[in-house]
Amino acid sequence: MENHIQIRNLKVRIGSTEIIKNADINIPDGQVTAILGPSGCGKTTLLRSMNRFLDLTENSRVEGEVFLDGQNIYAPGVDVTEIRRRIGLLAQRPYSLPMSIYENVAYGLRIHRVNQSKNLKPIIRHYLELAGLWDEVKSRLSDPASALSIGQQQRLCLARGLALEPEVILADEPTSALDPISAQHIEGKLQELKEKYTIVLVTHTLRQARRLADHVVFMYLGEVVEQGPAREVFDNPQMERTKAYLQGSIG
Amino acid sequence: MVKSPEKVEDDHAREAGKVLASRQRAERRASFEFRALSTLPAALFVVILIVLLVRAWPILQQKSLVGLLLGDVWRPSEGQFGFLPFIAGSLWVTVLAMIFAAPVSILCAIFLSEYARPTTKALIKPLIDILAAIPSVVYGLWGVLVIVPWVQQSVGPALGRWFPFLPLFNSSNPTGYSILSGALVLAVMVVPFIIAISYEVMRTVPRGYHEASLAVGATRWQTVRYVVFPRVAGGLIAGVVLGTSRAFGETMAVLMVVGNNPIIPHSIFDAAYPLTALIANNYGEMMSIPLYDSALLASALLLMLIVLLFNVFAALALRRATAREQA
Amino acid sequence: MKRMTRRHLEELIAQGLMFLSLALVAGSLGWILFTIIQRGAPALTWDMITKTPKGGFYMGKEGGVLNAILGSLYLALGGTVAALVFSLPISLGLNIYIPRKSRWALLVRSLLDVLWGIPSIVYGAFGFTLMLALGMRASLLAGIITLAFVELPIMVRAMDEVLRRMPRDLENASYAMGATRIETALRVVLPQMLPGLVTAVMLAFGRGIGDAASVLFTAGYTDRIPTSLMDPTASLPLAVFFQLSMPYPEVQKRAYAAALILTILVLLVSFLSRWISARLSRYSIK
Repeated sequence: MENHIQIRNLKVRIGSTEIIKNADINIPDGQVTAILGPSGCGKTTLLRSMNRFLDLTENSRVEGEVFLDGQNIYAPGVDVTEIRRRIGLLAQRPYSLPMSIYENVAYGLRIHRVNQSKNLKPIIRHYLELAGLWDEVKSRLSDPASALSIGQQQRLCLARGLALEPEVILADEPTSALDPISAQHIEGKLQELKEKYTIVLVTHTLRQARRLADHVVFMYLGEVVEQGPAREVFDNPQMERTKAYLQGSIG
Repeated sequence: MVKSPEKVEDDHAREAGKVLASRQRAERRASFEFRALSTLPAALFVVILIVLLVRAWPILQQKSLVGLLLGDVWRPSEGQFGFLPFIAGSLWVTVLAMIFAAPVSILCAIFLSEYARPTTKALIKPLIDILAAIPSVVYGLWGVLVIVPWVQQSVGPALGRWFPFLPLFNSSNPTGYSILSGALVLAVMVVPFIIAISYEVMRTVPRGYHEASLAVGATRWQTVRYVVFPRVAGGLIAGVVLGTSRAFGETMAVLMVVGNNPIIPHSIFDAAYPLTALIANNYGEMMSIPLYDSALLASALLLMLIVLLFNVFAALALRRATAREQA
Repeated sequence: MKRMTRRHLEELIAQGLMFLSLALVAGSLGWILFTIIQRGAPALTWDMITKTPKGGFYMGKEGGVLNAILGSLYLALGGTVAALVFSLPISLGLNIYIPRKSRWALLVRSLLDVLWGIPSIVYGAFGFTLMLALGMRASLLAGIITLAFVELPIMVRAMDEVLRRMPRDLENASYAMGATRIETALRVVLPQMLPGLVTAVMLAFGRGIGDAASVLFTAGYTDRIPTSLMDPTASLPLAVFFQLSMPYPEVQKRAYAAALILTILVLLVSFLSRWISARLSRYSIK
């Protein structure tokens, strides 16, 4: 089993607070890795270190290395936009861009000029189908994306990300802003997608992690407490803090 | 003697009951006064409009509106009041100033809201505030000392040499007191104004949209162009329109560098005579010439109506932008 | 490793243009300040700020512009106080008594925008007409009234901007104890928002000092320091303007000095406003 992403000695400071203290993490290829931990433990920061989104956080300092397929994404001269093309992000709240449904999916293709053909429609259709949205929008592709429901917008964001054929999908509590039915829909999609992609999922619900995860990273106060195959961590946690969290006494 | 807690509570309740009536009276009076005072801006606006209209009435009655607005002869002593040279002067200076100022301002606003780190922002924003605070005569003085000689000695001859075939750059006016000088000074004056509005507008775009675009690997500029711009276009237009309105109404600085010659200009090196300068230079004197005073107040009325028009336009642009946002 | 694609080129060009724009703006500011200091400083003598014009002053003889300095301060102070008397209740009314989204509030705010945009020369002409109608002559009072018209929309808009940011929870905490709206306005909103309100007042004051077009016809111009509201009054912007139009280089140099004094005064007001508002904000609930 290969590691798709390897994090070595990662330290993240924002302002004067140390958010992540010396993390070493392996994200196995072609699996769902769930990052677990009580709120404020640095889960989202860890996720944002993987597509260099911490660059956008003011006063943030990153030390250490994050390897994507063996290439350190923090090495000088790395093209951030290329990294982000290879690593998709599904955010907590869906932000559909101020354009039509069609153009939302085409956005990534257009900015990267990966497919210059005039008629993108078959491609758009493919990714909308992959995200499970095609049947609901096929008759109104030129409507503004903001007309969709929140749940639909989240699937649109998924389609937008998938259209660039990323290798990894980072999902930052992707169902927390959704109603239960839409949440189930997204979860089902992630389930299907793990056949093809490496998925890193930050989640606040333990049950979701149990349902989806193959691999688990448990964090507490900026430190990685325990990581390993999901079954081992869930059924036989080695560390006291992991046990306490799984039993619901911390978090 | 120490009161029992129950006694204290009773006393408090009774006292509160007693003052309640007077508090309610105060509230009713304040409510009435505050509401009444909120009519003041409306009243001031109406009064200014009526006063200007009444004072402009004599000339509006005697001359045709078309003759006033399109007449190009200004000889008050002979009863000829053609506003066209002044309207043309204002338009030339304003439009040229906006051609300089609008792109620069919007680029600065983009930098401030999309690129600048907090420390850089903290450094630049006071500079822009200072630029906004400098009084217009100081700008005018700078224009006289720096811009006018520069236009006269360098810009004018150079452009005349490079583009001899363009009438726009022809120079028959060797003084440097010209539309170009006025526009350059004016441009520097309205830049902080347009930056402030554009920046405020751009800041309203939630970070999530930037991240959504950056997450698929867009560059910052692509994000600005495809995601931020469509959302703020209305606001930017409104900012530029309001800046234009500002430029149109600016008086002292322009007056000091623009030459004040009531002709219809044909080149950016011609002198011009904007409406505001017309009022400033002549009002309060020359009261003995019939209709002169009325003509000047008519031009003040014209200025006010133009500002009103700009404001309505800006409000519409903003409303359309926000309506799309909510859809 | 980094490929120079078209989009990276676009990014570079865009950033280049932004830096160019910033450099232009900052450069203009530097150029203006440099010019004013370079030309004004040599002419800025002690006499300039302590003496009024003496005989022959406008041909280059002895004297200073104390009349204009004090005149400007009187005018701006009077105009600011007059504007404040109306601005505070109007902006409080707009935020506490009138429902924020009501048609009336919308109309009042739109009209304030229009009033704010009316050129000060129009206010000057209007003030002059009003002055004649009231049977007054060009005087400190007429100047103050006209300046108050110019400052009112600036101040109300700035205050409104501040008051709109009032945390609603804080206001509600006061209502929850049974306070009336006027009590809430005076005892909670006002102290909480004081730093911002002070900034608004100082902003209007700064504009008032620098405004020339509104006092051009209404305040008159005199070499003496006004002793009553009915006296005509000089002002710094007009001192710059008039002296610059004199044919004597000696007098023109004094225009530069007067411009330097005016600039220093305006910047002082701007810095003072930041300082005061920073001092005051220690008492606000964050």
